[in-house]
Amino acid sequence: MTETASWWSLPAAPALLLTGAVLAVAGDALLAARDAGRPRTVAAAVRPLLEVVRLLAAQPRRMPAPDRLLWRSGVVTVPVAAVLSVLVVPFGHRAVADLSVGVVWFNAMEVLTWAGLWLAGWGPNAAFSLIGGYRFVAQGLAYELPLMFALISAATGAQSLRVGEIAEAQQGLWFAVWMPVAFVVYLAGVLAFSFLGPFGYPVGRDIASGVLGETSGVDRLLLQAGRWLWLTSGAAMAVPLFLGGGAGPGLPAWAWSALKTLLVLALLVWVLRRLPVLRADRYVELAWVVLVPLSILQALVPALVVLNR
Amino acid sequence: MDTVQLAVLAALGVLALAGGVLVFTCNSMARVTFALLGSLCCVGGVVTVLGLPYLGVVIVLMMVMEMVVMAVFMIAYMMNPAGLMPMSMLHNKRGSLAVSGAVFVALVTAVFVTPWPAKVGEPPSDTTFQVGKALMGEQMLTMVVLGFVLLATMVGATVLATHRGRYDRFGDDLDQRPARDPVRGGVGR
Amino acid sequence: MTFQLVLVLAAGLFSVGLFGALSQQSIVMIMMGIELMIGGIIVAAAAFWHFLAPAAAGGQVIVVAAVVAMAVEMAMGFAVTTAIYRARQVDMTDMAEDLKG
Repeated sequence: MTETASWWSLPAAPALLLTGAVLAVAGDALLAARDAGRPRTVAAAVRPLLEVVRLLAAQPRRMPAPDRLLWRSGVVTVPVAAVLSVLVVPFGHRAVADLSVGVVWFNAMEVLTWAGLWLAGWGPNAAFSLIGGYRFVAQGLAYELPLMFALISAATGAQSLRVGEIAEAQQGLWFAVWMPVAFVVYLAGVLAFSFLGPFGYPVGRDIASGVLGETSGVDRLLLQAGRWLWLTSGAAMAVPLFLGGGAGPGLPAWAWSALKTLLVLALLVWVLRRLPVLRADRYVELAWVVLVPLSILQALVPALVVLNR
Repeated sequence: MDTVQLAVLAALGVLALAGGVLVFTCNSMARVTFALLGSLCCVGGVVTVLGLPYLGVVIVLMMVMEMVVMAVFMIAYMMNPAGLMPMSMLHNKRGSLAVSGAVFVALVTAVFVTPWPAKVGEPPSDTTFQVGKALMGEQMLTMVVLGFVLLATMVGATVLATHRGRYDRFGDDLDQRPARDPVRGGVGR
Repeated sequence: MTFQLVLVLAAGLFSVGLFGALSQQSIVMIMMGIELMIGGIIVAAAAFWHFLAPAAAGGQVIVVAAVVAMAVEMAMGFAVTTAIYRARQVDMTDMAEDLKG
């Protein structure tokens, strides 16, 4: 039974999320070092974290006639939404707030990234930034529908929108096993809403880092942190949705939650270095012509199973 | 409702109204769009506080997507999207103010004059289940109509907005393969 | 009293939206006004559900219908704007009054 944890979970959940994100960044740096043929040492792993200090001390860049209010709110929205999304994710048997509409809450927070990134692209009054923002919206139109059907599949299978109950409903068999399409689509969605790897189109090199291009200092740090926080949050949500939550032999529930989250995170970090960047128009076509019908069929499967149970 | 809920309700209500007023006072189209988004998110919050968490969160979810799409169209079609050169885009401002003011006064009068009936029944433990069961049961006709309206909208909006029909893609006899598209490649081609 | 105040909020949103829909020239801005009006309707429906008939699902169904109306209005509005803009570079209602009697 998932219960609402006490007050100390309120700072603990963001801290755990941040730890996961730092581990993901370090893992990504190690993979980068391996690909470049550099030695895989601790120094190579923590190198991207030095960037934090540099960004905190960096002088902010000024643009002519920026919309500071919208720019700042967009930049802040991305990491804040990532932290808010993780409030409904149970860690072991405890969640900060096991809302009765947890799945919809997660989805709504994830959609806030659309607004955040578009604003971050609009704010600096620069063409490439705005193009980056538009690219994310185009990408969002592509990944969102299949992702929603994936979430619906898991919720239908458990007959509940409460994330804790979805985890409990997988006592016998993980949803990832009998809803593989939904699982894969969900993981693709996670990469897409953290705009990393193959979905790094909004921050592409061809538009000089797009949304990130004109940001500097703390703004850039917040946006970059938001990406990795979203990746971690998505990995954490995959565990109760598709991988049985904290269930597992031997270890306590929280340990299984942490272990599974880290495994999903490692898989995502590995995948995002393996795939080339996808153009949004290509992915829209793939998503609407192939993934949406597939994920609708996938959502039909748990509906029929639940109906005949 | 307890005090905390009342306070949240009041705050959300004031923010929703303030956002609504900002929509028609800001100059920058981006700010206008996101003022409307703020206002409608507060509406979602009000619905949540009134005991309908599912509908409230869905309203927030939908409005964020809608307003981001709206922002794209605003920038595309408005002549002064960033509001760097403020100008009035109104017509018949006095008449509009009179009409909307009169409507407001009439509505508020009606709200306070109407003898509202007493509350009937208690809310169910799961309001999400209530609306789902209603839409799939006694209100099935509503749901079916809404479904057809949405389908008609999808088809109609696509037909209106596209400038390249199937004859442009497949030729006059609809026999040209692969389709003549501005961008080569894609699924099934 | 809370009930009446929530209804006043709904009336306020509706009236502000009505002002926008009547006074704005740009089609997109008119749509924003209509969105606000429907927002007011949503608040009113939720209030009726909460304060008058929470046991009946009717109030919730009205909210669902209002949300659908918003989506339809947006989609058709943008489609019409796109079509008319493509035909004659117009995005203001005053330039598209051919059918005015």
